[in-house]
Amino acid sequence: MNPALSRRALLRAGAALTVAFALPRPARAAAAKTNDPGEVDGFLSIGADGRVTVYCGKVDLGQGLRVAIRQMAAEELGLGMDAITLVEGDTLLTPDQGPTAGSTGVARGGVQIRQAAATARHALIRLAAARLDRPPQDLDLRDGVVAPADGGRSIAMGDLIGEAGFALKLDPQARLRDPAEYRLVGKPLPRPDLPAKVYGSHTYVHDVKLPGMLHARVIRPPVVGATLLKVDESSIKAVKGARVVRLKDFLAVVAGREWEAVRAAALLKAVWSDSAPLMGHGAVRGWLKAGPFAAEEVLKAKGDATARLADAPPPVEYYWPVQSHASLGPSCAVAQVGSGAATIWTASQATHRFRPAFAAMLGLPVDKVRLIYLDGSGCYGMNGHDDAAADAALLAKTVGKPVRVAWSRDDELGWDPKGPPQLIAMRGAMSPAGQVLGWSTEMWLPKATAGLSHVPLLAPEAAGIAQPRGLVTGLLAQNGDPPYAAVDLEVKVHWLADAPLRPSNIRAPGKIANSFAVESFFDELCARVGLDPLVTRLIGLRDLRGVAVLTKAASMMAWAPRPIPNPRRDGTGRGIAYVHYKHSETYVAIAMEVAVDAEAGRIAVKRVTCAHDCGLVINPDALRMQIEGCILQTLSRTLLEETTFDRARVTATDQSGYPILGFLGVPDIAVELIDRPGQPPMGGGEAAATPVPAALANAVFDAAGLRLRTVPFTPVRVREASQAL
Amino acid sequence: MPGKPASPGKTKAPALLFLTVNGAERNAAIADGDMPLIYWLRGELELTGTHLGCGKGECGACTVLIDGQPARACQIPVAAAAGRSVTTIEGLGTPLAPHPLQAAFIAEQAAQCGWCTPGMVMEGAALLARDAQPGRDEVKAALDGHLCRCGSHHRVLRAVLRAAGGAKP
Repeated sequence: MNPALSRRALLRAGAALTVAFALPRPARAAAAKTNDPGEVDGFLSIGADGRVTVYCGKVDLGQGLRVAIRQMAAEELGLGMDAITLVEGDTLLTPDQGPTAGSTGVARGGVQIRQAAATARHALIRLAAARLDRPPQDLDLRDGVVAPADGGRSIAMGDLIGEAGFALKLDPQARLRDPAEYRLVGKPLPRPDLPAKVYGSHTYVHDVKLPGMLHARVIRPPVVGATLLKVDESSIKAVKGARVVRLKDFLAVVAGREWEAVRAAALLKAVWSDSAPLMGHGAVRGWLKAGPFAAEEVLKAKGDATARLADAPPPVEYYWPVQSHASLGPSCAVAQVGSGAATIWTASQATHRFRPAFAAMLGLPVDKVRLIYLDGSGCYGMNGHDDAAADAALLAKTVGKPVRVAWSRDDELGWDPKGPPQLIAMRGAMSPAGQVLGWSTEMWLPKATAGLSHVPLLAPEAAGIAQPRGLVTGLLAQNGDPPYAAVDLEVKVHWLADAPLRPSNIRAPGKIANSFAVESFFDELCARVGLDPLVTRLIGLRDLRGVAVLTKAASMMAWAPRPIPNPRRDGTGRGIAYVHYKHSETYVAIAMEVAVDAEAGRIAVKRVTCAHDCGLVINPDALRMQIEGCILQTLSRTLLEETTFDRARVTATDQSGYPILGFLGVPDIAVELIDRPGQPPMGGGEAAATPVPAALANAVFDAAGLRLRTVPFTPVRVREASQAL
Repeated sequence: MPGKPASPGKTKAPALLFLTVNGAERNAAIADGDMPLIYWLRGELELTGTHLGCGKGECGACTVLIDGQPARACQIPVAAAAGRSVTTIEGLGTPLAPHPLQAAFIAEQAAQCGWCTPGMVMEGAALLARDAQPGRDEVKAALDGHLCRCGSHHRVLRAVLRAAGGAKP
């Protein structure tokens, strides 16, 4: 797994992004660079000049990991930010730290690197102690030098560690620096990639150019599941140098220039079989209830919810539709495949995880396949990037030249793996004093295939190359139970054996819809008994960190307790929602003010306040940015987004069919961070997305007395709900 | 938006076109004058700061200035830019001599993935050129044709207002 490369070559390669454009280096067995996550050398190397290279298996997708990882490593090593070079998501050089998903970049990836850096610091101090003849406790590592606190002889880090590296296991017990002494962690330091992004000089995977590289466009069938019957290669003869590549149902054109590939793809005449394997988006809700099912599972039970709810009003259903990642730019990748090895430049969130899949597809040993991360257009779960990488790899192997594949907008929205649909039925009873007496959550969700490591890819599927099949969804069933005390409770899930379109994990998988149902329904119970939703939440909450975020978000909105809906009946309202993400991670409360024009069906979000506690804050500015992004993207998903499709194909393939939020829909946002330096750092990329739909739905109810349970909250749905009052 | 949608089917004799790009005279031997400007900027001039988003004129990511006016480089054919002056993000400013809006984007950390950023900076620069003191609503209106999936809108608004030097966001 860990081919040996010369240390110098690696440092040179790691020092600049130009590694992306270099051909794979021949293996030389000087000092081995390992990517073993159990070894300090897997994560760190120290040059003779004292510069440190950090090898990070997680990647920066735009969320700020590049600054956060540097802060965590530099803090432990006592260095300045500029002394650290970061290499991300390269299967040859970086340890496998798992995919950059599930809000784990800092919480797991950063924490692991921090521990490696702490181990390294202790080792350097031990080495220096022997050389300086001082007890280790007299020494500290600061600014690249191990020195005694009382002055006296010191020794530079680069003089302590040679070519051989640390050769040291990562010590999970290595003592971390005391947060009270932090110099970098907790500071709003600027992100190192921002200037290049603003000057247009940042390198994206789209910008990779290799000698002899061809540009390709893949032609997806007009209907899902169609087979390719006939290709008229002469139809593209007007485009000089363009040619057709076909592997069974995998059809592409390649050309020397990108526009020629675009033209050829548009001109190419192909005949496909008829196919209509889809159910159509209108049928999804019924299908979720009808099955076929793979299993039924009681996730949580306490007391006898059935008996308790025997006289309760009937269940109400919440629905979350199929949604696209809707990345702004098209997925893209570049691949070079030789007879014995392959290198793929990809915007993947999971280079290590896809490595065996690419090796199998190309018929190469795993250790001969190298995936290197480069930025793409932002993604929020597995979008089309990995499919584009598979397209490029298969084409590069077939044509024997480096190939760059870029998708079109239609392909992106039509063929990216989708966030799966969810149906959640809620039933409950609340005492006049606000205690939840009985609670039932019943969910209908596609079941992820056990042991399936990654989303099945389009290219091998079309080309008839075997790959493991099944569903990847992310953890959909979490946060389906209320965070408030309930006397009798049951949370049950009906697992569906399939999904309407190829699913994948999309930001905060499942948790957004589950919290939408749970936190909206909690307000429904409050409305039944005439209580204020904030006060009632505080009655039921047993976790003081939860209490802290709820009261903070509410006070930012000058929340005065009163029953809902708003007795003023002037079309304005406010709502609040809360989550303890996955019941074990970040705490978030979000409050919202809206104005609702029920006749026009228009919802205007005026103001959003958010209180956020993810434990130790590494970089408050980058964290705020993530929280703002969570809020705005989820407002977009809640107000506007549903992937529509008929029996044959996705029909929402542009901004009119799949609109996302624009500047005119952006509300005021205020975010308060609760920093807890004594607590472990948790994720900021997902949690704040979770309470958004319920906060919005609760505000709409407060404003207009209508309860929205189906996403998106389109004008038609608002008007229908209004007319049903 | 100037220009018309490209029609991939047509083939024309190669033509030599003259354009000014970021202040320098450039000529382009283009077989297909309908080729959208962005493919020439990125492919031939290697000005990769201009990003292709939707390719349909819906997202604004590819916005450049043509004779000072914002234009979607995915929609305007190269031939339609002949004889005119094109400014891309690379020509707007540099780290040593940043456009005030570029400096403001950095000060506000107004990007996540950065795919939409160059287009927003170009649109914002055009706005500031015609209205040195836009209010928040004017900035929102000017940028409404620009999509951002990461949700950086707030920072972008703050950056434009900061560059305008006046109104607090």
